Amino acid sequence: MPSQPPDSSKPKPRYTLDEGAPGAFEGETVTRRKFMTGGAMAIGGVATAAFGLPALGFALGPQFEDGTPDRWQDMGPEGEFSVSTYVPKVMNIVADAGEAGKHTVYIRKFDPKRDSKRNADLPYVAISNRCAHLGCPVRYIQASKRFVCPCHGGVYEFEGKVEGGPPVRPLDRFYTRVRGGRVEVGERFSLNSELRRFSVRDPSNHLDGPWQYLYPSRPST
Amino acid sequence: MSKLTPPLPKWLRPAPTRTHEDEGVAADDGAPGGNGGEPGRAGKVRESAAEGSANVVGWLDERSGISPIVRAQFYRKVPKGTNWFYTLGSATLFAFVSQAVTGVFLAMYYEPDTSRAYESAAHITNEVFLGELVRGMHRWGSTVMIILIFLHMARTFVFGAYKYPRELQWVIGVVLLVLTLAMGLTGYLLPFDQRSFWATTVAVNLNASAPVIGPYLADFMRGGAEFGAASLARFYALHMLAIPGLIAALIGAHLYLVAKLGTTAPPWLKAEKKALRQEGI
Repeated sequence: MPSQPPDSSKPKPRYTLDEGAPGAFEGETVTRRKFMTGGAMAIGGVATAAFGLPALGFALGPQFEDGTPDRWQDMGPEGEFSVSTYVPKVMNIVADAGEAGKHTVYIRKFDPKRDSKRNADLPYVAISNRCAHLGCPVRYIQASKRFVCPCHGGVYEFEGKVEGGPPVRPLDRFYTRVRGGRVEVGERFSLNSELRRFSVRDPSNHLDGPWQYLYPSRPST
Repeated sequence: MSKLTPPLPKWLRPAPTRTHEDEGVAADDGAPGGNGGEPGRAGKVRESAAEGSANVVGWLDERSGISPIVRAQFYRKVPKGTNWFYTLGSATLFAFVSQAVTGVFLAMYYEPDTSRAYESAAHITNEVFLGELVRGMHRWGSTVMIILIFLHMARTFVFGAYKYPRELQWVIGVVLLVLTLAMGLTGYLLPFDQRSFWATTVAVNLNASAPVIGPYLADFMRGGAEFGAASLARFYALHMLAIPGLIAALIGAHLYLVAKLGTTAPPWLKAEKKALRQEGI
């Protein structure tokens, strides 16, 4: 039976027999060849997804679990710290960051006279040395009572608020507590320019003004 | 068909069959005790040795049918005016091969662990035989490769070789440039010294500064919220496996297009007037 060229003006017939497809059966709506092709492609898709999706989840998994360790680290006896200057202490936020990944924390006693009341529940001020611009290590300079970043010239005043340069928010801090006469630091948190606390953000992420809505918090913190 | 492909070079053409006398002379030369006109053992050995290489080439060609492809690639006609600037692409390819080879050997000693990475890199430099040389080649070779890519790109741009029909080559080339820069970024962390650590911290935080997706992108690069062992392993896997594989595949596509489309003449060469006039009529 010679097959007719399909007439575009008419709607496509429902049955393959009406189309004049070779080897068509009565009551068949899809030719076996088409069904075979579609089936092979579907099986290939399932097989690819079977290894592809777990692999993707494997790579993206850490995004969705809280990877910041919830632990308190001993920083030394209370007598070591005063209200007038910061004492640098070295620690690792995550234990496996290695020698290069060490973190410096600048610690001083909370000063009710000078410090903002917002963080009065923390007995010690523990400031992270990661610059809020791009994460370079800042250094505290006692002569000027300021934190200075070596990379791009960010300057922070005594409380860690931005005084100059590119940083977008104050220096991050750690929760502090006193246990048996010793100072301990816990989780890190970020602050906006009014020293309100937020979950820890990456450097360069704004926490003030309209920009803060462009930098959402992450499930991993 | 035969007119389209360039002629075989002399050494690939089948040798003319030898006469009986020739064999006899060869036998006399090789073995003084050879008996008369009969080919001696030494003559046969020499003959089969001479034909051996041709036989191997013939055996491979009969089964793969590769000789027209090889001929079209290596004996193709190139435009008049082709000069040393046209070698920059091959130079970049050579730099990539050198990076791949030295990288494989460095991986035999390097340990991607935050507590061992620096020590193993120092061990390569200070104790392994020629380790300083191999690590130095990999370190400086990366810079050389990036310089060569930019020179190659400048040549393509200035000569107008990116124009029709070679736009796809340019696009693939730009992807290769980005991938090579990604190799530079991921490789920079691996020595895991202070410079590596802080440079990569800044690079990841630059990604974090992108609005909306930035924080998630940075988490993906680090494998979590904090820089740790997962970050180093991630960078190592990308540097060793993912990006080089992509680069090799795209170089294949890039070279296929070179073979298919050929190279351009330099822009200062005008078409011959005679040819133009013929076309006009």
